[in-house]
Amino acid sequence: MNYLEHNLSATPVGLHKILALNWPIIFLLATISGGGFVMLYSVSGGDLERWAQPQMNRFFMGMTFLFIVAMAPIWFWRNMSFLAYSIAFFLLVVVEFIGIAGMGAQRWVDLGFMRLQPSEIMKIALVLVLAAYYDWLPLARTSKPLWVLFPILLILAPVFLVLRQPDLGTSLLLIMGGGSIMFLAGVHWSYFATVVGSGLGLVLAVFQTRGTAWQLLKDYQYIRIDTFLDPQRDPLGAGYHITQAKIALGSGGWTGRGFMQGTQSRLNFLPEKHTDFIFTTLSEEFGFVGSISLVALYTLVLIFCIASALSMKDRFSALLTLGIGITFFLYFAVNIAMVIGLAPVVGVPLPLVSYGGSAMLTLLLGFGLMQSAHVHRPRPKYK
Amino acid sequence: MNQKADQVLKSATQLSRRALLIGFFQIGIIVALGARMRFLQVKEAQKYRLLAEENRINVHLLPPARGIIFDRDGRIIANNVPNYRVIMVRENAIDVDVVLEQLQKLIYIKPTDLDKARKQIKRRSAFVPVTITENLNWISFAKVAANAPALPGISTEVGLSRIYSQKENLAHVIGYVGPVSDHYLERTKDPDPLLQIPRFQVGKTGVEAQTEQQLRGTAGHRRIEVNAVGRVMRELERAEGKPGAAVKLTINSEIQNFALERMDGLSASAVVIDCESGDLLAVGSSPSFDPNQFVRGISSDAYNGLRNNVFGPLRAKAVQGTYAPASTFKMVTALAALENGVIRSDETVFCPGHLDIAGTRFHCWKRQGHGEMNLADSIIQSCDVFFYTIGQKVGIDKISDMARRFGLGQHHDLPLSAISRGVAPTPDWKQRSFDKGWLLGDTVNASIGQGYVLASPLQLAVMAARLATGRTVRPRLIQNIDGEVMPLGGGAQLDVDPVHLAVVQKAMFGVANTKDGTAFSKRITTQELRMAGKTGTAQVRRITAEERTTGVIPNEDLPWEKRDHALFVNYAPHDNPKIAVAVVVEHGGGGSSIAAPIARDITLFALTGEIPDLKHYPTELRNQIKREQKKLAPRLIDWSSVGTSGRAKT
Repeated sequence: MNYLEHNLSATPVGLHKILALNWPIIFLLATISGGGFVMLYSVSGGDLERWAQPQMNRFFMGMTFLFIVAMAPIWFWRNMSFLAYSIAFFLLVVVEFIGIAGMGAQRWVDLGFMRLQPSEIMKIALVLVLAAYYDWLPLARTSKPLWVLFPILLILAPVFLVLRQPDLGTSLLLIMGGGSIMFLAGVHWSYFATVVGSGLGLVLAVFQTRGTAWQLLKDYQYIRIDTFLDPQRDPLGAGYHITQAKIALGSGGWTGRGFMQGTQSRLNFLPEKHTDFIFTTLSEEFGFVGSISLVALYTLVLIFCIASALSMKDRFSALLTLGIGITFFLYFAVNIAMVIGLAPVVGVPLPLVSYGGSAMLTLLLGFGLMQSAHVHRPRPKYK
Repeated sequence: MNQKADQVLKSATQLSRRALLIGFFQIGIIVALGARMRFLQVKEAQKYRLLAEENRINVHLLPPARGIIFDRDGRIIANNVPNYRVIMVRENAIDVDVVLEQLQKLIYIKPTDLDKARKQIKRRSAFVPVTITENLNWISFAKVAANAPALPGISTEVGLSRIYSQKENLAHVIGYVGPVSDHYLERTKDPDPLLQIPRFQVGKTGVEAQTEQQLRGTAGHRRIEVNAVGRVMRELERAEGKPGAAVKLTINSEIQNFALERMDGLSASAVVIDCESGDLLAVGSSPSFDPNQFVRGISSDAYNGLRNNVFGPLRAKAVQGTYAPASTFKMVTALAALENGVIRSDETVFCPGHLDIAGTRFHCWKRQGHGEMNLADSIIQSCDVFFYTIGQKVGIDKISDMARRFGLGQHHDLPLSAISRGVAPTPDWKQRSFDKGWLLGDTVNASIGQGYVLASPLQLAVMAARLATGRTVRPRLIQNIDGEVMPLGGGAQLDVDPVHLAVVQKAMFGVANTKDGTAFSKRITTQELRMAGKTGTAQVRRITAEERTTGVIPNEDLPWEKRDHALFVNYAPHDNPKIAVAVVVEHGGGGSSIAAPIARDITLFALTGEIPDLKHYPTELRNQIKREQKKLAPRLIDWSSVGTSGRAKT
C-alpha cells in the first residue's frame, strides 16, 4: 500500500492525539501497576514508604514520559532509533567500567536522582533499532546472509556486555526479543531452524557424551547443570528459593490467605520478595484467582498490542509495536515460569509489579513509543 | 499497482502472518503457565499449605532446671548457674572469619574453643547454631549482646550449666553431668525428647546418673512463629516444664571434706555410716577430681592425666574398690564359730606362730607365736593361727553365711555407679568362677579374710555398723527427694546370739583400748568417745618360703604396688554406737599404723563436729597430732563460700 493511498491529514493533531491514544492499554497498564502497589505495600508489612510510595512516584513519572513520547510523531522516533541504541550501548559500556555492584552483579549507573539499569533501556532501544533497520532495508535483501548478519551483530554486541555483568536473564531476553523481530521482519525460517537445530544438537551432544570417555564437560559442571535444571536436589542451597516460592504459591490455594496474611512472605521465607519473586506473594495472598487475573491482564495487553500492530500499515510501526509486545510478554512469561519452577532462576522482574525503577520506566517508555505509533498510524483514505 | 506496491503488500501479509504465529505461540505459553499455576494452587494446595505451616511454626523444648543436690545440712552440692554462651549461625554470617575476628576484638576466646567452633562450623549445616564460646562472665556477655547487630550470625544465649561448688569433695558420690551420648540415644527405646536438645546434659555417673529421672524434670515447650532466618516473630503458645526434684543426700559435707583431706596424698577411701539410720555420712575416695572439668568439657591432657594416675582418682574406691578384708574379717569367722558351737568363748588354742594344714604351712603374722589364745585375745592381738584352727572346723559355708549376714558379698542398693558386690566365697562359687574345686587351704585363707574373700570399704563400714548394733543396718545415701523421705536403713535384729555378739564387741573394744590391742596406740582417751575397732593388713603378694627364712621384706622396701593394703574398721562410742567407720589405704602398709589413725581422726571429727581437740588423744601423741592438724586445717573448705538451701541445719 502506498502512502498516497493514506489520508495523512486524518492523523490527529494537537489535543486530538490524546483521544486517539490506545486507552485500553493505558488502563491495563495502570491496573497492573496499581496491583503492584498493593503487593509492595503488603510485602513491606504495611509500610507505604518502603516500596509502594517510591514505586508510585516512578509510575507517575513513567506515565508522564509515556504521554510525552506518544505525542511526538512516530517518524521522529524512527529517526532517533539509532541514536537511542548508541546511547544505550554507551551506557552499557559505562556500566562495565564504573557501574555500581549489587547482588553479585554490576548492573547500575548512578545518575544522581536515580540508579539506572542500562540493560533495561537496551531492551527497548534494540527493538527500536531493529524495527528501523527492517523498515529501511529493501525487502528483497531481508534474507541475504550479509543483511542477516548485521542485525545479529546489533543483538549480540549488547548481549555480550550484559552477560559480563553478569545478567543471564536480560541477555536471554535480548536474544529472544531481537530474534523475534527478525522473524517478524520476514527473515527466512531456515536461519531460525539452523540456530535452533544446532542449539539443540549441542545440548544433546553435551548430555549424550556424559559418562563416556570423550564427555564435553567436566563432572562438576554436569552436576551444576543438574542443580540448575532441578533445584530440588539441593533444597537448602541452590533450590532454597524456588522451593520456598513453590510453597508460597501452592499454599495460596483457590482464593489465597487474604491481603497481608501471607505467612511465607511476611516471615521472610521468600527471597527477593519485593522484586523478582513478588508473584509468589500475590499468589499466596490472593490465590489462584488473583494470580490468573494478573496473567489475564498481561495477556490482554499483549492482545491489544498485536491488534494495534495488525492495523498498522508501515513496517516500522508494526515491528515496533509487536517488538514492545514481545518484550513485555518475555518479561512476565519468564518471570512467572521461573517462580513456578518451569524455568531456571534468572533475574527477570515481573513487569510493572516488581519493585524497580528502570524496568518500570523502560516499559512505560516503550509503551509510549507504541502509543506514538498508534496515534500516528496512517489511516486509509477511503472507508 | 506497480510491482513495488505489490511487494509491500506481500510483506505486510507476511508480517501479519508471522505476527499471528508468534501471538498464538505466546498464548500457548501463557496457557501452559496458567495450567501449571492451577496445578500448584488448586490441585496441590493442601500439600503446600502444610509445608508452609511447617515453615512457620517451630516447637522449641524448654529444658527444665535440673534438680539441686543438697547434703544433709542443706549445703548445696550440685547447682545450676546461668551459662552465658555465644553462638553463631553460619548462614547469617557473611564472612565467618571476619565475624570471628571482630568477635575476638570484643572478648577473649580460648584458642581451643575457637578451633573447636571453626571445625563445627565447617562440618555442620549452614543453619545449625554452633557454640563459639560459653561460660562467659556477665561483662563479656553484655559486650557481645550489645554488639550483636554489628556481628552478623552471632547471637547470645543463656542456658543453665551444672556447677559443683564443693569441687573435689563429693566427686565420686554425685558424679557429674555431660552431654547425652549418641550411644545412649540409640540404646534407649523411647528417649525423652529433651535428650534431643543439642548439648543437653544428663548424669553420667554417681547420684547424678542414678537419680537422673528425678533430677531431670519434664520439658516444657513453646510454639513459636519463625521467619526464614529463624528469627522468632512471636510466641504462639508456652507450656512451662517441671523442674527436676531436689535431692537431699545423707552426706555430711564437713565430715566428707575432713575425711578426704585426712587421706590426702594416699590412695585411700573411707566410709562413715550412721549406726542407727544407716545414713552414709561420708563416702570418700582419695585422690579425687574436680567434676566441673567434665561439665565444661575436659581437655584430653587433663583427662589422660587423671586416667594414668596410679592412684586412680577417677575410681570411687569406697564403693567400687574391693580388697581382702584381712583381719577385719576375723569377727565374722569368730561369730560363725561361736554360733555353730565349734568353739566356746573361754576355749583356747595354742599359737606356735604357724599351723600345718594338709602339707602346707600357714603362718601367723607374729613369727614367734602368741601362745595360748582365747577368742577375745585372738581378736585383740589378731592371732592368725587361732582363726586357721576354728575356720577349718566351722567350714567355708558357715563362714560365708555369716559374712553375708553382715553385708559382705551382698549388693547394697545405693544410687551410685559400679557398686562392687565383693565376694563371700563358697565352693560352688569357686567352681563356677574358676572351674576349680574348693581346697581346705582356701578355707584357712578365708578364715583370716584373705584368699577369695573380697569386700569394699562400704561393705566393711556396714559390717562394723551391724557388729555395733546387732541389727541389719542398711546404708542409705538419699535422705529425701523433693521431701519424699527414703526408708531408713535401721533394719531388724541380726540373726546372731547377742551373747556371742557381745563377746566380739568386747574384743573389738579391747583392740583399741587394751595394752595388747593392735590399735591401742591409736585409742581415743576421752571416756565417752572411746571406740571399738579392728585392724587389718591385707597381703597383696605371695610371700615365699625362702623369703620367710631370710626374713619378710618390710613394706617400706617394696615397690608401692606390692605393699600391703592397710585396713581399719571401727564404731564409736563403743558403749552407745553412733557411727561406724571403715578406712582402706591401698598399699599403705600396716592397718594399725596407717589406717587406724585415719579412722580415729575421722571418728572424732564425726562425733565432735570439729577438728578433734587434742584432749581426746593419748598425751604422747598430742604434739604430733597438733602438727598434723596444723597442716590439715587450712585445706578444709571454707563453708561460707558454699551455698545452702536456706533451711536451718538439722
